[in-house]
Amino acid sequence: MNPLKLTIAVTGLNNTDNPGPGIPVIRGIRDSGTIQPRIIGLAYENLEPGIYMHDMVDKTYTVPYPSSGTGNLMERIREIHEKEHIDVLIPNFDAELFTFMKGIEELNRLNIKTFIPTLQQYEERHKANLPEYGKKYGVNVPDSFTVASPGDLKKIRDHFDFPVVVKGKFYDAYIARSQEQAEIYFKKISAKWGVPIIIQEFVRGTEVNVVALGDGNGGTVAAVPMRKLYITDAGKAWSGISLDDTSMLDLTYHIIRSTKWKGGMELELIRTSDNKLYVIEINPRIPAWVYLAVGAGQNIPEALVRLAMGIPVQPMKTYKTGIMFIRYSYDMITEVKEFEKLTINGEL
Amino acid sequence: MKLKKSIAISESGFVFDPMSGESFSVNEIGMEILELMKQDQPVDAISEYFVKTYDVEASDFEKYFYDFIGMLRQYQLIEDNEPA
Repeated sequence: MNPLKLTIAVTGLNNTDNPGPGIPVIRGIRDSGTIQPRIIGLAYENLEPGIYMHDMVDKTYTVPYPSSGTGNLMERIREIHEKEHIDVLIPNFDAELFTFMKGIEELNRLNIKTFIPTLQQYEERHKANLPEYGKKYGVNVPDSFTVASPGDLKKIRDHFDFPVVVKGKFYDAYIARSQEQAEIYFKKISAKWGVPIIIQEFVRGTEVNVVALGDGNGGTVAAVPMRKLYITDAGKAWSGISLDDTSMLDLTYHIIRSTKWKGGMELELIRTSDNKLYVIEINPRIPAWVYLAVGAGQNIPEALVRLAMGIPVQPMKTYKTGIMFIRYSYDMITEVKEFEKLTINGEL
Repeated sequence: MKLKKSIAISESGFVFDPMSGESFSVNEIGMEILELMKQDQPVDAISEYFVKTYDVEASDFEKYFYDFIGMLRQYQLIEDNEPA
C-alpha cells in the first residue's frame, strides 16, 4: 500500500520544559509508515524549538496569536494555504481551539480538514462548567466555583476547607493552603490568563491521566491510561508509565460515548484511596505525552489524521502496559541566519 | 490475603504493579515470600517453609512476615483487605 501523501499543519512547536504537543504529534505521524507527510509548523513565537527541528518540521510559518482575532489568524492560514495546500490542520493548544472552531466554515471552504470537538463539546467540558458536566454525564468531579475578583475569594470559606485548587481558565493550577495563598495565586494566574479563576475542591489521591481519541459518533478509537512518575515544578509530566486500568478506560469510553466526543482528549483524573476516580479536567486536545501512547501501540496522531481525511479507523483496544517515557532536554545548535529568516520573513 | 494477580515479579526482585504503575524492589527473602503468596500458599505453609529452610524460629518469622504483609497492604499490592 502506498503511503498517503499529505501536507499537515501543526501548532504547539514549543517543545520546552512545559511542552506543547506539536513535536510528539509529528513524531507519531512520521512513525506511522502509512502517511508520507510534509509537515508545516505554525509558530506563535520565534524561539519555539520545533521550528528549528528540520527532521521534524519541513517548513514553519509564524502565525498571529488567537487573541488578535479569528479574522487575523484565518487570513494568515489562507496565505499559508495558498503556498502549501494544507490537507490537515492539527491545533494543539486549548487557547487556540476556540478560534479554529469559529473559523471552521472557512477551513472547510479552503478544504483544510480538521478533527476537533464541536463548540458545544468544547464549552461544556470547560473547567468552570465541570460541576454541571459531572451531573449531566454521571461522573465524579470535584466541586468548584468561579471568581472574577480577589474580593470573591472570601467565598472560599463558605464552600470548602483549605487546601483548595486555584486554576486558570486555560492553564495553570496551584494548591492554596490558606486565604493568603489563594489571593497570591489569583493575582498570578489572572495576570497571565485573565479571569474567571476557578476555585476547585482539593481531592486527595493519585493523579492519573488518559489520552484518548473520539470518533465523533460516540466511539473511542484509542485510549491509553498513564501515571506521571516525575513532575516538573510547572506540574508537567517529565516521566510517565502506561497503566493496565480498566476502570480508567471504562470512564473514558463512558465520557466519549455520552458526549460523542470528536478529536483528541486528555482526561486528568484523581484516584482516591477508596479507588474512586474524579475527573479534575478534560483537555480538548492531544496532550504533550501522546508519544507514550504511540510507544505503547496506539498511534493516536496517525489515527486522528486518517479520521480527519474521512478514512475509517478501527478502534484500538490493546496497548502495552509498563511502557515508560522519560523526557530530556537537548541543546540544538542553529545559525542566527535561521532565526533572522523567521523573524524577518515570518517563515523558515 | 492474596497478592494482586496482575503483579509482575522479576528474577531481579523488581516488583511492578501495572494498575498503579508503582514499582518496588525486594530482597531474596521478600521474593521467596511473594512467590509463595503467588502460589496461594497459606501463612502456615509459608512459615513452615522458612523455619525449615532458614535458621529462624516460627514466632520470629511471623513477626517479620506480618510487618512485610502490612507493607504490601499499604502499597495496595494485596487483593483483599481482610486482616492477615
